[in-house]
Amino acid sequence: MAGADSDDSLYPIAVLIDELRNEDVQLRLNSIKKLSTIALALGVERTRTELLPFLTDTIYDEDEVLLALAEQLGNFTMLVGGPEYVHCLLPPLESLATVEETVVRDKAVESLRKISHEHSPVDLEVHFEPLVKRLASGDWFTSRTSACGLFSVCYPRVSSTVKAEIRQHFRTLCSDDTPMVRRAAASKLGEFAKVLELEYVKSDIISLFTALASDEQDSVRLLAVEAGVSIATLLPQEDLEALVMPTLRQAAEDKSWRVRYMVADKFSDLQKAVGPEITKNDLVPAFQNLLKDCEAEVRAAAANKVKEFCENLPEDSRETIIMTHILPCVKELVSDTNQHVKSALASVIMGLSTILGKDNTIEHLLPLFLAQLKDECPEVRLNIISNLDCVNEVIGIRQLSQSLLPAIVELAEDAKWRVRLAIIEYMPLLAGQLGVEFFDEKLNSLCMAWLVDHVYAIREAATCNLMKLVEKFGAEWAQNTIVPKVLGMANDPNYLHRMTTLFCINALSEACGQEITTKHMLPVVLKMSNDQVANVRFNVAKSLQKIGPVLDSNCLQTEVKPVLEKLASDLDIDVKYFAQEAISVLALA
Amino acid sequence: VSGDGDGQSRWCLSQVKGAVDDDVAEADIISAVEFNHSGELLATGDRGGRIVIFQQEQESKNIPQCRAEYNVYSTFQSHEPEFDYLKSLEIEEKINKIRWLPQKNAAHFLLSTNDKTIKLWKISERDKRPEGYNLKEEDGRYRHPSSLTTLRVPVFQPMNLMVEASPRRVYANAHTYHINSISVNSDNETYLSADDLRINLWHLDFTDRSFNIVDIKPSNMEELTEVITASEFHPLQCNTFVYGSSKGTVRLCDMRASALCDQHSKLFEEPEDPSTRSFFSEIISSISDVKFSHSGRYMMTRDYLTLKIWDLHMESQPVETYQVHGFLRSKLCSLYENDCIFDKFECCWKGDDSEVMTGSYNNFFRMFNRDAQRDLTLEASWENCSPGYPLKTWRVCAGSRRKRNEIGVDCLDFSRKILYTSWHPQDNVVALATVNNLYIFQEKLNPEF
Repeated sequence: MAGADSDDSLYPIAVLIDELRNEDVQLRLNSIKKLSTIALALGVERTRTELLPFLTDTIYDEDEVLLALAEQLGNFTMLVGGPEYVHCLLPPLESLATVEETVVRDKAVESLRKISHEHSPVDLEVHFEPLVKRLASGDWFTSRTSACGLFSVCYPRVSSTVKAEIRQHFRTLCSDDTPMVRRAAASKLGEFAKVLELEYVKSDIISLFTALASDEQDSVRLLAVEAGVSIATLLPQEDLEALVMPTLRQAAEDKSWRVRYMVADKFSDLQKAVGPEITKNDLVPAFQNLLKDCEAEVRAAAANKVKEFCENLPEDSRETIIMTHILPCVKELVSDTNQHVKSALASVIMGLSTILGKDNTIEHLLPLFLAQLKDECPEVRLNIISNLDCVNEVIGIRQLSQSLLPAIVELAEDAKWRVRLAIIEYMPLLAGQLGVEFFDEKLNSLCMAWLVDHVYAIREAATCNLMKLVEKFGAEWAQNTIVPKVLGMANDPNYLHRMTTLFCINALSEACGQEITTKHMLPVVLKMSNDQVANVRFNVAKSLQKIGPVLDSNCLQTEVKPVLEKLASDLDIDVKYFAQEAISVLALA
Repeated sequence: VSGDGDGQSRWCLSQVKGAVDDDVAEADIISAVEFNHSGELLATGDRGGRIVIFQQEQESKNIPQCRAEYNVYSTFQSHEPEFDYLKSLEIEEKINKIRWLPQKNAAHFLLSTNDKTIKLWKISERDKRPEGYNLKEEDGRYRHPSSLTTLRVPVFQPMNLMVEASPRRVYANAHTYHINSISVNSDNETYLSADDLRINLWHLDFTDRSFNIVDIKPSNMEELTEVITASEFHPLQCNTFVYGSSKGTVRLCDMRASALCDQHSKLFEEPEDPSTRSFFSEIISSISDVKFSHSGRYMMTRDYLTLKIWDLHMESQPVETYQVHGFLRSKLCSLYENDCIFDKFECCWKGDDSEVMTGSYNNFFRMFNRDAQRDLTLEASWENCSPGYPLKTWRVCAGSRRKRNEIGVDCLDFSRKILYTSWHPQDNVVALATVNNLYIFQEKLNPEF
């Protein structure tokens, strides 16, 4: 019996609230994700006074629940009564910003950054900035790391006295005892520099950058590299040499390979940040050294940047620099001992041809491409083949075809099926660039051989490949070259090969059009409905369903319908099922 | 080491944990002992895969005579026995090592490992719980929905303190051989794990990948002559770690130099004395433990008979060598026959690096003072000492005539051994494990003797 004052609309909300503390994590998570519904039902007043205090204490929960909570609170401003009350969200986010799980802390910081913009300048100083200070001087490093991400959002909007305090706090964190905090500070240094006045960038940030870049922990030093790039973009050209270059040069020659790796990884950004003059004088030799580094990881990272670096060189001296300084290093990398280095290079080296033009490509790059096409590591060869289009534009692919073909054939027959799969995916591209004649002569047989590969993934990819080839070369070509071979497989003793015929027909019917489908393919499919293997028979039903739309209605009624009806009374349950499905999809009932 | 010539030390028994029973269950045998970085917590692991954490009594912390009162704080099952179906191998639940992480918030974290799998545990306190449901009473009886007139938000209320241990990460499937060491890096975000042939580097936040930093597996296992026995990170330099081998050498590697540290940067090895060479030479030179000093300047290695201290700047020979139980040299043959020669004794430094400690047989443990070049042999035995009273010092002698504090080599009980020891990082409090008992000793501050 319902009470006089009970309210049915409360029930679902009551369930949600109760499930906030359910034993089952999934239910708690569901409730937290619907926190806005709960808050809406409670109203802004009770959300502020009851819900938020509860959430502030709920930090014992599982990470995924806390993560969802941290995210929700970033969108909660209207639910607590608008920007006027947004500071009520700070306590729960503050406690989330101190948990040990990095993803949760990061999300809490993200939400704090988001709601900082909704604070009025007064609230920012009265509520937000004190929170940042509390976190920055917290006992545990978790809170201090979180503080690092908050300085830059409040700095631009506070008074100059508070600004001075914020700078002081940031300085303190940069020399914190624990490397975790120094790392957090180093990773936010660039972002903080961006909101600082230029005079403080020069006076404060540079010294912090220099200190972090010579930290005893390499994990801190390597983060300073990225900060250096951001700082360099902020400074006028004339200050770069004196203020950041000595430190960056030192980083490029750091004793730790991880720091040098970071320099290599950020090299393009660095190049853009310091401009053409410094690039010519400093970065070119530094890049050469990275390409010759003793650690393979560093060489691989640098090799990855070869094209981008060359592209961004100042135009007036680009060719000279590449030919005299970069190319000799690249030549050495082609025969590197480490396959990751070679494969990193192979993924970008083709891009150099557009930069260097036809003659240089033929004279200098072509021998390198050919060498890499013969590399012992399949990944290197694949990377070259996958980037053929760049070279094609410059010198045409024919120059390469002599070496290309053996490389392709070898990859096509590689013992590892993933390698075979990768080369299949490049077939349509190669076919397009090499032309139909070359294809028929050299590659067609490979494509057909994949259809009877013993790995299903290869057969499937080969089927799809045929469809793309037909789209490129047209229906007539299909009818002459591949359809007869595909249909021939319908009589293969191996039922897997017979099924491949069906899969090919599924893929090809649309590209080949009604005539070929009706005249050549359909009879074969219909004949296969008598196959002794049930798997083949139900695939006949599926194929008929698939190619039905390509056929005309007369043909459907007179030829397809009887066969499907027969299959629908098959002894095998699967055959029956798919035949009935085809009948209903094709509306033949 | 403090003690007088009269057979008494300043060390007193403080507590004995575990059942004092002759009938010991296999699962109860302690296999790891480790103080945390503040010394406030002490963890033990056992062959049953359990971890017991003891907490220093808060009230007694400031009373010098009772500094070493530790009580159970939390007990949990860290590892369960498993079966590797692919290799038809049982994976024991025995805890091989426990390492605490530097404290990052109010909770405590530790890594524990068995032969194959490393786990990160969080030990946290909870003193509040939410109260108030809308649709049921606190005792679980359902309320009729019709009685719902207003929404109730739960409120946190104080409750009795509860300590929870929850698994945070499981780092599995990275070791083909048995894990013998784990060590947390001073960068606070990575740690290493070493097995017989490989050392892997992990990021604490990622369980799905680790980097192989040392691999000594020969391409042909027939050529295997050496295995990794222990490994540790330098306490201050994040790029430096060492590993000891079954051949008695210790290699120091610099992770700055390359991603794979197959090339060591230093090799610490003492030339073998040809006069003592025997069939057992290689077995007894195998490194059973390696520990950096807190200062990071020295490194201590334990082999079967000795404890050696190396200056990291001198690779050719140790700066100090201590005989732990040199008198066993004549008994190696019988120790080989009863497998004792393969026992892996751990060693530890005092907080200020001035003394070192390691275990021996007959429930004896040895302390060496580095400045005074003096040593102590003490016994962990609840029968032979009572709490608060000074321990007597023992001497092991070969002859048959004995004084009060002497014992003959032949009378030593080799089934009672102290393999696992840990020294409080600040105070003169040590913890060590006999078979299934944890002993805590403390040094008297103001000597009355």
